[in-house]
Amino acid sequence: MSRGDVVYRTVLTALALLLPLLLVLIAIELVANAMPAVSKFGFGFLTHSTWDPVRGEFGALPLIFGTLYSSLVALIIAVPLALGCAVFLTEFAPRWLRTPVATLIELLAAVPSVIYGLWGIFVLIPLLRDHFWPVARHVLGKLPIFSGVFYGPSVLAAGVILAVMVLPYITAVSREVLLAVPPSQREAGLALGATRWETVTTVILAVMVLPYITAVSREVLLAVPPSQREAGLALGATRWETVTTVILPYGRAGIIGAVILGLGRALGETMAVTMVIGNRHEVSASLLQPGYTIAAAIANEFSEAVSDMHLAALFMVGAVLFLITIIANTLARVLVWRVARGSAVGSTAI
Amino acid sequence: MHGRLIRRLFGSVMTGATYGAAVLAILPLAIILAMLLVKGAGSLDWNFFTKSAVPVGEAGGGFAHAIVGTLIIVGLACAVGVPIGVAVGIFLAEFGGGQLGFVIRFIADVLNGVPSIVIGIFAWTWLVKPMGHFSALAGGVALGMILVPILARTTEEMVRLVPNSLREAALALGYQRWRTSLQVVVRSATAGIVTGVLVAVARVAGETAPLLFTALGNQFFSTRVQGPMAALPLQVYAYALGPYDEWHRQAWAGALVLIMLVLVLSLVARAVVRGKRQHA
Repeated sequence: MSRGDVVYRTVLTALALLLPLLLVLIAIELVANAMPAVSKFGFGFLTHSTWDPVRGEFGALPLIFGTLYSSLVALIIAVPLALGCAVFLTEFAPRWLRTPVATLIELLAAVPSVIYGLWGIFVLIPLLRDHFWPVARHVLGKLPIFSGVFYGPSVLAAGVILAVMVLPYITAVSREVLLAVPPSQREAGLALGATRWETVTTVILAVMVLPYITAVSREVLLAVPPSQREAGLALGATRWETVTTVILPYGRAGIIGAVILGLGRALGETMAVTMVIGNRHEVSASLLQPGYTIAAAIANEFSEAVSDMHLAALFMVGAVLFLITIIANTLARVLVWRVARGSAVGSTAI
Repeated sequence: MHGRLIRRLFGSVMTGATYGAAVLAILPLAIILAMLLVKGAGSLDWNFFTKSAVPVGEAGGGFAHAIVGTLIIVGLACAVGVPIGVAVGIFLAEFGGGQLGFVIRFIADVLNGVPSIVIGIFAWTWLVKPMGHFSALAGGVALGMILVPILARTTEEMVRLVPNSLREAALALGYQRWRTSLQVVVRSATAGIVTGVLVAVARVAGETAPLLFTALGNQFFSTRVQGPMAALPLQVYAYALGPYDEWHRQAWAGALVLIMLVLVLSLVARAVVRGKRQHA
């Protein structure tokens, strides 16, 4: 290598090392600024639910609960839809329709979150309050998760908006995962007499519900040439067993990864949630009641923090959020990389 | 035979359900765009683009300060984020085969998933707190930090698309490695890299959370990067939560301008990428 090469490589490497440095610096700043709250409240910080800046008492339980709860609602709505979209885009849609529909779904991710919030305040909340709830009340009103009076800003509204926002990410990654399933496996399913839908569900359902396959049988299966595998497996096992065992190794990890990636997005989403969730420090299981999330609390209170302890408490919840999203993302990427090796997860959905 | 029929029927029903899922997914986009046009388009007049905010009750205020603010802050973000992001991307494509490349790639993906509000408070601790006041500069740097990991990954993908034969040809002609990389490989990926930049810029231009405690927002026209500055998403946020109908009207108009900016950038970028990928 010439001197120019050495310089070139060194400069690029140094710049690349800025990324880990940034990650470490963020962690250090969050923890350092949270220290006053850590030493004063300790672990109680995470389990108490009083948040009173004036008296200097801080418990983050409502924030942590609200963050997880609203994201859970979002996933319950978004995952079936996103998987439906991914299956549609990889299996059923006519070819000419795939690119335009995929682009439209990806554009959902391009809409700024403040616009989702605006839409939530002036369109979604009135819609839920004046049209959805008066009808749904007769059916759902008795359930504890739908108890109380519905004013509009609520965990439900936040969950619905988050669902729309994470949908493109889950769809894009699931689609990538499904595309990585070798065609021969799909053909095997069909050749064995499964309908198209059954083949698909064994790609998805089986992979999520039946976590059971031994490493040995997998290796044996993979060692068999595709043509023989199709015939041979059909002779030896039932169709259900065959299709699930063949397709199982591929999709499961990736699709769970896609869902966790969506979860990470939902957990950290700030503006849209802040605008519709009602911002009340309270733990309530009812979807109709206002809630609060970590990101929303930081957005609302950070620049108006009344004391150093208030600020430290906000840094501490920030550190908690940071930790949760790092874990979620790491997990998601490990799972997806196993299927679609090294692909920039979700990059198509930016 | 009966069982077969039921299974096929079930299959068709579920196939239909996936069509339904796709329609349901696209519906919100259609509704949002329609609402923005209906509620926002009427307020887009000359005043909106040329005047700044006026006190409540006075007619004829606009978003000029916010539009200019967004352009300045995003410009700062590009100045910080684009060179670093692209360089990291080139590193990943050219030298990213080993252990270090794996780690950097992984960290870029993890950084991509860090909530933007966390980046916002980080920028606050590093720039706002030491300087003693909110500033557009801090906002630009915060957005720049969001740009870097996105650009690293898109640039890497684009550089990787360049056929290896091109590199081999240059090396065979006696080019040094670094010149091959920069003048042959990266240069032929330029269009793709620029596209990646456009998509990433479209994304950060709509970011609100990192600006809340950095650029802060401003009701007045300001081009001073050391001081607080307005930005489109911040102004939309403030006006949407405000109590006045006039503010809501302008929030819709501001949102319309914002989404036009974002969608035009992303659609142009997508079109270029698609064309490029088909050629490659």
